[in-house]
Amino acid sequence: MSAMTSAKESADAAPRVRSRRGVHPLARFLFRRILTAVLLAWGITLVTFVLTNLVPGDPVTANLGQRALGDPAIVAQWRAEHGLDKPLWEQYVLHLRGVVQGDFGVSQQSHRPVAEDLAQFVPATLELAGAAIAVSLVLGVAFGVVAALRRDRLPDHVLRVLSLIGISVPTFWLALVAFYVFFYRLQITPGSGRVDPAIGEAPAVTGLQTVDALIAGRWDVFVSAVGHLITPALVLALYTIGLLTRFTRSAVLEVLGQDYVRAARAKGLPGRVILFRYVLRSALVPVITVAGLAFGSLLSGTVLVEAIFAWPGIGQYAYKSATTLDLPAVMGVGLVVGVVYLVINLIVDVLYGVIDPRVRLQ
Amino acid sequence: MKRDPLARKGLLGRLPEAWRQPLAVVGGVVALAWLVVALAAPLRAPHDPLAQELPRLAPPGPGHWFGTDQLGRDILSRVLYGARVSIPLTLLLVVLSVLIGGLLGACAGYFGRWADETIMRVADLVFAFPTVILAMVVAAALGASLVNAVLAVLVVAWPAYARVTRGLVLGVREREFVLSGRLLGFSAWRSLRVDVLPNVTGPVLVLATLDIGTALLLLSGLSFLGLGAKPPSPEWGAMVAGGVEVFDSWWVATFPGLAILTVVLAFNFLGDTLRDALDPRTARAIKERAL
Amino acid sequence: MSTGKTTLDITGLKVTIGGREILRGVDLSLQEGRVHGLAGESGSGKTMTGLAVLGLLPHGARATGRIALGGRDLLTLPPRELNKVRGGEVAMVFQDPATSLHPMLSVGRQLTEHMRHHLKLDKREARARAVELLGKVRIPGAEEAYGRFPHQFSGGMRQRIAIAIALACSPRVLIADEPTTALDVTVQAGVLRLLRGLCDELGLAVLLVTHDLGVMSAIADEVSVMKDGLVVETGPRGKVLREPSHAYTRSLLDSLPGETA
Repeated sequence: MSAMTSAKESADAAPRVRSRRGVHPLARFLFRRILTAVLLAWGITLVTFVLTNLVPGDPVTANLGQRALGDPAIVAQWRAEHGLDKPLWEQYVLHLRGVVQGDFGVSQQSHRPVAEDLAQFVPATLELAGAAIAVSLVLGVAFGVVAALRRDRLPDHVLRVLSLIGISVPTFWLALVAFYVFFYRLQITPGSGRVDPAIGEAPAVTGLQTVDALIAGRWDVFVSAVGHLITPALVLALYTIGLLTRFTRSAVLEVLGQDYVRAARAKGLPGRVILFRYVLRSALVPVITVAGLAFGSLLSGTVLVEAIFAWPGIGQYAYKSATTLDLPAVMGVGLVVGVVYLVINLIVDVLYGVIDPRVRLQ
Repeated sequence: MKRDPLARKGLLGRLPEAWRQPLAVVGGVVALAWLVVALAAPLRAPHDPLAQELPRLAPPGPGHWFGTDQLGRDILSRVLYGARVSIPLTLLLVVLSVLIGGLLGACAGYFGRWADETIMRVADLVFAFPTVILAMVVAAALGASLVNAVLAVLVVAWPAYARVTRGLVLGVREREFVLSGRLLGFSAWRSLRVDVLPNVTGPVLVLATLDIGTALLLLSGLSFLGLGAKPPSPEWGAMVAGGVEVFDSWWVATFPGLAILTVVLAFNFLGDTLRDALDPRTARAIKERAL
Repeated sequence: MSTGKTTLDITGLKVTIGGREILRGVDLSLQEGRVHGLAGESGSGKTMTGLAVLGLLPHGARATGRIALGGRDLLTLPPRELNKVRGGEVAMVFQDPATSLHPMLSVGRQLTEHMRHHLKLDKREARARAVELLGKVRIPGAEEAYGRFPHQFSGGMRQRIAIAIALACSPRVLIADEPTTALDVTVQAGVLRLLRGLCDELGLAVLLVTHDLGVMSAIADEVSVMKDGLVVETGPRGKVLREPSHAYTRSLLDSLPGETA
């Protein structure tokens, strides 16, 4: 609701705040952000490249068997095949040129183009992490508001302990416990994977199983996909729910002490209008920042959670490629994850602009 | 209510009150209990944590209160011995992150210009990666061992301290008593050590307390992935991983997981209460930068 | 224009916070079309008096006594009824317009939302009235100002906007808590003149809370002086400021550089 009204307001204000060059400030703001993002993305390629090349592990020993390692010809051929015989800077230039063209090289493990692997695994993780962040935002903000409004009373104390527990539980252990209790013991949740194999997947369009099921009109697939999504998403979300609860609480408390909230009460506005329009609007600014950062911790969590729930996502792929030192795959993962981070940051920045006219009308 | 220029004194002055909070008491007692366990494990553990005896996969009961694992090792003993592995390493890890991050952050904040730019851009790059994935790549590249896992966590942990310290130093640097020290002709290092450092210690200590939990979670997570402790070692994360294979024997994974949970929770209870005891402005600086 | 008709009558107002008596029995009455100045040092309880009228005391405060407005006692009014009085019959202008206006909501929205709530106006009516109000408080380009945000205005303009917001529902009482303290000296006079003019034109009863006796002598009709939670002296401006009967008022006046008569 607030986003819509705000867009409306910015439309109202727009004609009067155009800069001399006639570029809308929001467009300039976006352009600046995207430029920064591109620079950072380049930095990420450099870091992943350096990280995966300047470390003592040798991909040759990690990938070839004992017998093959004894034969210098095979080793040399393998190195040439994967471009490892060239000088480092040349490898980087080649790598960068490839990346720009969407070519991340060939995975040494799956023997498929890394880009293909990524296209297959990334959507599954995005679906999982997206569901988790959505749940975290809804519950975390709601809990945080309740805790702040009932400050130093029972709900606040209970939520404080619960949110601290939430940020203290080891994710991989919780995943295992949830799998054991709900699937193995109680049998109220479906097991591993993204959909029931007996039902089969919907034809891939977006790669998001729930969305694809709806596109294909397969209600049974949708129900199965949601059922498979719930437990891992909740396990993943617990940490961020705890985090967002704590942050929302302190953000709301701070805003409640502001003069403009007292002024709003002096205007005789109903409590719910003051809460949603005056308090939450300001409190959401820090909360959104944290939510953006929390998305990163969700991606971290997928590495641990996907293993337990056999979720075919980037987390498992990252784990496999890291342990086998599959350099093209590791670099691909690093780049994708870095870019996801940048996109999240960009979204956060744009949301700032939507919420706060002082950002938008600079 | 003006702030005491000696924030350290202010923190200590408020400490007793913070320690009386129920959460801090619970956290303190549990944390202390684990430290005692870490010290006394060889004396109190009922079995050798590495001894493989029958029965295998025995459920919890007399003799083996937490049951035994697939190799017939006593889980209670392993959990107790695990405290000797995880807790000292975690504390060491946090101390190192504080030292490295704090020093770099202080330099960035105090000297500004290129030192600031270089250090903080590197920190930004580290922040641009999810911690587990970055630590996993580093750990995998260095080779699976507990020491390398600690190094990997260190790589992702220091920037948080660098940011907080930098912010706090920037805040303190322009204050009168620091400026007057400089005007009196004291060297930059002296003012950093005498005037700035004491003001930064309190907040950083609170952040470190909160970070003990995060560091343990990350370290045991790497061990869970097989990138940390080597197999026979009774490391909690690795023990949970061992429980995955035999997950219908719930006790194998449950107890080491609970050990991690209680340690992390204890330090989070402590850290959260201590943070409330700090004055609101610094507390916010910590909250905003410590992710 | 002054008829001497009492609009708001405060009798025996006591406020305690955490066992401490902040107000110890305050008596004040505001008349239609009159500006009543409330002076005193910081901590004397003048701001608390203003907040008590609107039921905006800080968390944990307890108020007793009587605040009569049109035959009702505001202290015993149920929350719903009190909310109708707030903004509708009694409005307030705060000290610092930089913090009392929401930085992320447009001027128009902050001007119209309580109008629509209290007066049940539709969007277009509310907008028309808002633009008219902005003109009345002399904001240049009222139409344009409607869609702008507080940070796009200067301090003096923001306080005019805050006054427009306060007047939006045609209140009978306006409480102005140090309305010029946060403003540059050069724009203070303009805001004060505006307040005085609105008071005369609309027949408002204004409670002007200020520590600044210069401000007081410029526009107040009546002056009350507070000390330690009590009103120590009340009377017409000329009498209180020229021939103070209470020792405390004298000391306040003496502390003014070059202001003493």
